[in-house]
Amino acid sequence: MNPNPLRSNLARVLAAGEFALAVEVSPPVGPNPKALLRQIERVRGYADVYNVTDNQSARIHMGSLPACILIQEAGLEPVVQFTCRDRNRLGLQSDLLGASALGITNVLALSGDHPSCGDHPHVKFVGDIDSINLVRMIRMMRDDQVFENGEPIPKIAPEFFIGAVANPFSPPHDFRPLRLAKKVAAGAQFIQTQLVYNVDRFREYMQQVVDLGLHEKTAILAGVGPVKSLAGLEFMRNEVAGMDVPDELLGQLRGLSQEDQLKAGLDLACEIGEEIRQIEGVRGLHIMAIGATTMIPQLIERLGLYPRPIV
Amino acid sequence: MSAWVSTMALRRRLQDHPFLLVQAWRSTESLLRLLTKPLAYLGLERASRWLNPIERPIKHLLFDCQMCGQCVLHYTGMTCPMTCPKQLRNGPCGGVQMDGKCETDPEMDCVWVKGLERLEKTPYGPENLRLNPPVDWQLEDQSSWVTLALGRDQVAIGTERQARYASEVME
Repeated sequence: MNPNPLRSNLARVLAAGEFALAVEVSPPVGPNPKALLRQIERVRGYADVYNVTDNQSARIHMGSLPACILIQEAGLEPVVQFTCRDRNRLGLQSDLLGASALGITNVLALSGDHPSCGDHPHVKFVGDIDSINLVRMIRMMRDDQVFENGEPIPKIAPEFFIGAVANPFSPPHDFRPLRLAKKVAAGAQFIQTQLVYNVDRFREYMQQVVDLGLHEKTAILAGVGPVKSLAGLEFMRNEVAGMDVPDELLGQLRGLSQEDQLKAGLDLACEIGEEIRQIEGVRGLHIMAIGATTMIPQLIERLGLYPRPIV
Repeated sequence: MSAWVSTMALRRRLQDHPFLLVQAWRSTESLLRLLTKPLAYLGLERASRWLNPIERPIKHLLFDCQMCGQCVLHYTGMTCPMTCPKQLRNGPCGGVQMDGKCETDPEMDCVWVKGLERLEKTPYGPENLRLNPPVDWQLEDQSSWVTLALGRDQVAIGTERQARYASEVME
């Protein structure tokens, strides 16, 4: 097992039995770090850990690892995200070594959106390894001190707290809990889910997960996504792959003034957050506020999750 | 054009009712086990040169085979995972649309949604819990019949050489 799993604040919060909170931040589109630093000042202190995306939606951004370093220098704990889209096993491992050397222990492994969904539709999806094997590879680097080729890692093993993602909403629904089981068997210690808008479907999924006993072997953080407007919610439904936004929710925002939409958007996120907190097996929330980071502090305060525990 | 349409229809029909493909797989596997010694004598490269002219057209016709050289078809519902735009070998990604279509193309069925449906119709249902290793790209364009016979299709990752199943973490 991990020699020192508690170097991660997220791991400590979860180990203490506290309800965990992750907030996603987006690296800038360009070399200027100021946009990122402004963004984190808005959410400083509101989460236990800050996810930094890796070319999200297959759109070009500053890399997750360098952006994590900027965040760490600013005094916050990052989660570095690694997709399988842009790098092969060599590239992923060398960046993982770098992350560990810099003291970045929280890593999140994911397949990544296909380039055809983004702003570089002409590029290759690398896909040298899939997300499940990426989790396995990271676990073996840490626990067995070996590279993917089976050769030993000299001197010391890297330290990681390993995360993966899950989408409970994409078909086939019966397989989704089993795919989670595969990720847990691979070594995922925490899971961050796709944004929950369809709470009924999420409840069904969690019931299956609890029946399989997976909630005790990995910590599940459910995705919550506040939106500022009807247009924001429509964007989620139409433009983001694998998103399940029921018609009723769109109906709740329809016909309202811009100001009322903002208020209703916040109310909606609070309602969903409150409901999914009560679901058995949910150990925390993962707030992804695409284009709505200003709403995060209010949302977290209204959910009664501020201030964050010091452990 | 009509030849292409009828090929697609035949492929889909065989895959949706995989009984014949399962029988074909079983016969092929038994035959290959008998041929282990001569194939080992020839070696991977030479044996592949001889068998590829047979394997390639058949599997291309039946599965749109991409010749990865490490076939997992009977674990994946007789549906080739290398035809997934992300070439995922461990189940569908989170980008599958609510109607079961691929995130890259609203006209295309998710390869894995189809594969898992078909897997249920084969005797290999529990293989959906198998952690399939990543692809060994050295085997690309080699005959998967030969790699199977020689055991080269059992690709290792790190320290894990044996196939693992998610059932080990399930209650």
